[in-house]
Amino acid sequence: MSETVQPILEVENLKQHFKVSRRFTVKAVDGVSFKIYPGQTYGLVGESGSGKSTTGRSIIRLYKPTSGKIIFNGQDISGKMSEKDIKLLRTKMQMIFQDPMACLNPRMKVIDIIGEGLDIHHLYETQEERTQTVYQMLNLVGLSKEHAMRYPHQFSGGQRQRIGIARALIMDPDLIIADEAISALDVSIQAQVVNLMKNIQRDYGSAILFIAHDLSMVKYISDHIGVLHLGHMVESGTTDEIFSNPIHPYTKSLLSAIPEPNPVLEKKRTSLSYDYATSGLDYEAGTEHYVSDTHYVLATDDEFANMMAQQDIIR
Amino acid sequence: MAEKEKILEIKDLRISFKTTNGTVNAIRGVNLELHKGETIAIVGESGSGKSVTTKAVMGIMASNATIDSGEINYVWYDEDTGERNERDLTKMSESEMGKIIRGRKIAMVFQDPMTSLNPTMTIGKQIMEPMIYHYGKSKEEAYEKSLELLELVGITNAKDRMNNYPHQLSGGMRQRVVIAIALSCDPYVLICDEPTTALDVTIQAKILELIKDIQSKKDLSVIYITHDLGVVAKVADFVNVMYAGKIVERGTIEEVFYDPRHPYTWGLLSAMPDLSTNDPELYTIPGAPPNLAYEIKGDAFAPRNQFALNIDKRIDPPLFPVPGSDTHFCASWLMHEKAPHVDMPESLQRRIANMKKEAGIE
Repeated sequence: MSETVQPILEVENLKQHFKVSRRFTVKAVDGVSFKIYPGQTYGLVGESGSGKSTTGRSIIRLYKPTSGKIIFNGQDISGKMSEKDIKLLRTKMQMIFQDPMACLNPRMKVIDIIGEGLDIHHLYETQEERTQTVYQMLNLVGLSKEHAMRYPHQFSGGQRQRIGIARALIMDPDLIIADEAISALDVSIQAQVVNLMKNIQRDYGSAILFIAHDLSMVKYISDHIGVLHLGHMVESGTTDEIFSNPIHPYTKSLLSAIPEPNPVLEKKRTSLSYDYATSGLDYEAGTEHYVSDTHYVLATDDEFANMMAQQDIIR
Repeated sequence: MAEKEKILEIKDLRISFKTTNGTVNAIRGVNLELHKGETIAIVGESGSGKSVTTKAVMGIMASNATIDSGEINYVWYDEDTGERNERDLTKMSESEMGKIIRGRKIAMVFQDPMTSLNPTMTIGKQIMEPMIYHYGKSKEEAYEKSLELLELVGITNAKDRMNNYPHQLSGGMRQRVVIAIALSCDPYVLICDEPTTALDVTIQAKILELIKDIQSKKDLSVIYITHDLGVVAKVADFVNVMYAGKIVERGTIEEVFYDPRHPYTWGLLSAMPDLSTNDPELYTIPGAPPNLAYEIKGDAFAPRNQFALNIDKRIDPPLFPVPGSDTHFCASWLMHEKAPHVDMPESLQRRIANMKKEAGIE
């Protein structure tokens, strides 16, 4: 990707803290920076509690960020937003949620669920136009217009996730945040939904922030990957850089834990373990260190020298 | 392989559910064997009946379920006399099941550790409870055993943990406690129903390695229910692929992963990207699983099968043995000697060749 292209989303040193009591504050996201370019898919991975969902939710402003900058389409959306900014954010950035059972209103028909965004933003002249737009979207996600008059409970999990995708796409978003969008689906259905998302991205050029913990799927769909741990971005780079040359011990343990469908190899392998408390690393003191091209790792100078030395031994 | 003793055998099991929309035939003739010390996996989509099968073994089916036919034969040796017992679990009364089998001989680990633990009891109490109930152990004995179990499942400073409530533990820790409870009565069979689906990959790997480790220490037989083929590859010796209430392919793990025969297994294997997949589009199985509330004529998979033959629409295929193996079976008319020869999709062929090369066979 050439440097002249403006990133669609730029996150700089984002912090999201939750005050639990006077003495105790949860630092869910503690200084995360990354950029997403138009038409790209950025995969955010990490264990539960690493802050990956919180990052997504802060970006779409379901929370008010504690500090840091979020620049979307050249506009800062991290502080207090004007009416115009909110309108931009609520139309051009859309989210697909994890649980297809819980994210659709059970008392609304599919046509109203998908068309709700159009209603709110007054994006049609006549009812006919609204209906036609919804039909188009249904068609796009592989459902038919007969489905429009049904209720969510009449659909299977995969179909519901398609409705969720149609609802996001009808606003013609520049950025889609997919928060564990396929985790709740069966393997064969997962593949259908991933194909659908890839096709849509190819045809419409929207960028996707793909939040997941299934690394084989993330590898398949993403161009760039950021690895989060305890609210810090410990390693980031292109998919290839991360998977072929992981530097950070946490990334290594994460990669070694993916079970591969190859029984003979899989039986022999044991996963690496990694524990922050005993690892001797200090995320607070760490800074971004350059590895190669777009590959960065979070470490202090000493730690970085150590990691690189280990890397050389392996080679 | 030395001949191992068969401890659980399911024969032609059929289960149906009575619902307001009519009868749903969830299990339509399942055959399954489990030998001592072995791990078998049941793979399939949601609704294929894999959970119902194992719930029937445990005798914990929903109230609207009926076993229409079939046997579940279970063999065990009495703890004191060493006498051999063989019983059909489907014919046992509810109280007998509760006293003799459930928890004591066959234990189960469920998917969600948050809902399978009691939030109002300390975990120590929950681990001690089954031992006191089944074996009449004293509190002190049970307490000592619980400490041992907690250490076995890899929980450090067990003494303090005994007084913790489930909400004070992380998801991985909770699942370890659930496993400790399952092991508390020294069962012979452990059924794991999606034990790691709710957990992270790093913790998943730990839990799977833990179960494997305990299995070899205690000579347990394990049944895994999962839809993650990576997990299956890691743990299982035998694989049963289930579709619409039937087992469509069965074999050793190498046979099913390196030489799959059923088109549904092809689809499952192709749909899951591994780390070397870079095809522009993932393979998907077209369509959706059939609604079991309607009668199925012929092969249930036929409408989604691009290789379906005419006979598939009329007669359900029996389990054909795969030539050259006495453990590999496949329920597809493609296996019939008169059927046209069909090769698996090319992308899958390439992938299996790659997998074999990486594994260093052939």
